[in-house]
Amino acid sequence: MEAFGLLVHGFAVLLTGKTLVLMMVGLVLGIFVGVLPGLGGPNGVAILLPLTFTMDPTSAIVMLSCIYWGALFGGAITSILFNIPGEAWSVATTFDGYPMAQQGRAAEALTAAFTSSFIGSLVAVLLITFLAPMISSFALKFGPPEFFAVYLLTFCSFVGLGREAKHKTVISMSLGLLLAGVGMDTVSGQLRMTFGSAELLRGINFLVAVIGLFGISEILLTMEERLALLGHAASISLRVVLSVWRDLPRYWVTLVRSSFIGCWLGITPGGAIAASFMGYNLAKRFAKNPDSFGKGRIEGVFAPETAAHASGTSALLPMLALGIPGSGTAAILLGGLMVWGLNPGPLLFVEHKDFVWGLIASMYLGNVVGLVLVLTTVPIFASILRVPFAAVAPMIVVSCAIGAYAIQNAMFDIWLMLGFGVVGYVFKKISIPLAPFTLALVLGNRAEDAFRLSMIGSGGDLRVFWSNGLVGSITTLAIVLLFWPLIDKLFSGVGRLQPPAEA
Amino acid sequence: MRRNARLLELVRISPHNAPINSRHHKANKKQGTKLVRIPVKAVGAATALLLSAPAFAGWEPTKPVEIVVAAGAGGASDQMARMMQAAIQKNNLMKQPMVVSLKGGASGAEALMYMKSSEGDPNKVLIAYSLIYMLPLSAKIPFNWRELTPVSVIALDQFVLWDNSAGPKTVKEFVAAAKTASSPFKMGGTGSKREDHVLTVFLEQKTGAKFSYLPYKSGGEAATQLVGNHTESNVNNPSENLEVWRAGQVRPLCVFDKERISYTSKVTDTQSWADIPTCKEEGVDVQYLMLRAMFLPGKVTPEQQAFYVELFQKVTQTPEYKEYMEKQALKPIFLTGKDMVKFLEEDDALNKSLMTEAGFVAK
Repeated sequence: MEAFGLLVHGFAVLLTGKTLVLMMVGLVLGIFVGVLPGLGGPNGVAILLPLTFTMDPTSAIVMLSCIYWGALFGGAITSILFNIPGEAWSVATTFDGYPMAQQGRAAEALTAAFTSSFIGSLVAVLLITFLAPMISSFALKFGPPEFFAVYLLTFCSFVGLGREAKHKTVISMSLGLLLAGVGMDTVSGQLRMTFGSAELLRGINFLVAVIGLFGISEILLTMEERLALLGHAASISLRVVLSVWRDLPRYWVTLVRSSFIGCWLGITPGGAIAASFMGYNLAKRFAKNPDSFGKGRIEGVFAPETAAHASGTSALLPMLALGIPGSGTAAILLGGLMVWGLNPGPLLFVEHKDFVWGLIASMYLGNVVGLVLVLTTVPIFASILRVPFAAVAPMIVVSCAIGAYAIQNAMFDIWLMLGFGVVGYVFKKISIPLAPFTLALVLGNRAEDAFRLSMIGSGGDLRVFWSNGLVGSITTLAIVLLFWPLIDKLFSGVGRLQPPAEA
Repeated sequence: MRRNARLLELVRISPHNAPINSRHHKANKKQGTKLVRIPVKAVGAATALLLSAPAFAGWEPTKPVEIVVAAGAGGASDQMARMMQAAIQKNNLMKQPMVVSLKGGASGAEALMYMKSSEGDPNKVLIAYSLIYMLPLSAKIPFNWRELTPVSVIALDQFVLWDNSAGPKTVKEFVAAAKTASSPFKMGGTGSKREDHVLTVFLEQKTGAKFSYLPYKSGGEAATQLVGNHTESNVNNPSENLEVWRAGQVRPLCVFDKERISYTSKVTDTQSWADIPTCKEEGVDVQYLMLRAMFLPGKVTPEQQAFYVELFQKVTQTPEYKEYMEKQALKPIFLTGKDMVKFLEEDDALNKSLMTEAGFVAK
């Protein structure tokens, strides 16, 4: 067990008083950044990155990864208590987490979220520890057709497994794809749908859209409902924590499934966003009564959180092994590595063993320390909720605006965010689901590029999507999932008809 | 990746950093800009007065200086910006900290428009490459480098033809394999209708082989795709393929320059940069070098321009710069003033003719 020996060495590098203090500081900062709606992981890490420039690389990366853990935990707090996802991958957590908070079960939901994040990351770290060399060669198998197949799988699973009316999902997704096309097209090198505006050159930033769609529209809806903030104050008592943990084994299938999806998509790198949605949809599909999802079911928190964190963590592996950042935060960490003169690539594992295994060991430690910290400090962070809505709402709007502005330092993005707020409000009123829209907005570009590169490579032959076992099985699975409702009906016969999808 | 394209990284948390975020407005939004700008300007002017009153040594930045990178995280421009940031800080070449700001959106057009709209702001330096000639031609971006203030050309970047280490071993074998292949060889590269694409077109013209060009988002991606055997070759800059070359996963076939790279210390176990033959030696006469140059926004004062000329001249004398040039196999050069403008005009004309010949100029 070479890996085990190296890991022990990694812990030895790490277990100094200074590193542990840095870890705590990083976690607290991270949670703080995560709780502020619209800031979240990548922005938080980007803002705090300079703090670490004076440190040695190992301490610096330990602190950064702890900021990252903290932000992840913090993101779950806003998703559940305010229905404002701090991160794209927290979107699926709001589906059941927020209803739970509305029913006064916020503590339960938060415990579930933290615990499942912990489990998801732990599985991914274990995977990184023992499969690192093999996985980096697996990731190399991904060319354009494989990437496209993964994106297709995500889109199809949405349409096929989603709870909402199929046509509304498709409408929402198409609008997202349309907006994803704004800006420079990498494949042809031409500008599209910018209408001569310099502001639209950059394209529509996904985070700006998400902050508006979820944050602002929620404020609008709440205002309509007579200024009553629908979140509930949460204080987590040991009793609630223990009772959630006691029930945990019952959901082992969901946890295992989500961990698997997360790790797979994180490495491939389909990304945490796809993973969280897929984890949620599959949990719902395989549940005995799928209708209870979206109404405050604890499994609906377990599934996406486990998958998102498994994926977010395993996304660090291609970053370290190949220098391909699997997520926004990984991209910033990548920038950090280069500041310290560490070039990510296959040789990093050979030439900077101390650093790599120190980082992996810090994932274990940071996760454990983070879980304890977040469970004990939630009351403090959640106390924002005791402030009357009339005071909180402007603060949320302001911090949404700051968040939207900070992404690209563009005033235009604030107007865009407000525009998306109205769009989100209208969508919610006519019950068009927002999730497919955001998914399409974030993956649309990459899916399109992957598709067109596959077509250039194969000379326009669609059979390229079945040209080897890997891409073939993903594509086939995607198509099966797309037509799942029909297939399901065929197989279950007259006895167990699926209830028609509701709007 | 688009959401990651633009990250702001501050070098040091200092009281100056607070106004940084509020400074970056586009010129066409004067309404929102003025409110924020007035206090910042006032503070800036006051500090400028204090600092410049006793000494007549000329202008100095009074705010953190932003290096604008027209590419994504980890690309060659980004690495170079970080090297300069480190060199300036370690050697105390400037009082104010330096901030790297990535504006790689729209294939770098974001950075160009940003510089164009920052007229008169001496705290922003663009690290430019050949996109300043090509992007206005291929995508009709309303930008002309003559509207910016040239500071200095600090390096020339090479292009190398690479294939997978399991592929053909020499240029001749490679060309022969490409000609006889049942489907065209796949050539990976960064972006469409840019340097890599132009080189591919000229490679086709000179060898008679056909390639299908796959435009990826970054040189790093093109490198990994070559390692994974999803493409047969790429024309990456040395820095983009350095790590995979050292890992023995790709092979350099030839360098697109009239002479070999001068660095002779071993990069891999057996080879140095100087061991790579030129493409001309191998019978494929294609040459292309890409500039790496610094620009200020338009309408800055001559004192401000002079400050940066001197700053970057000092940078080119630091050990950090020299080490970086060797590691990334860049060609050292330092041009400024009239020499630089002459170089830019010639380079522009050359790029324009290449783009026209390749058919990449938008109608």
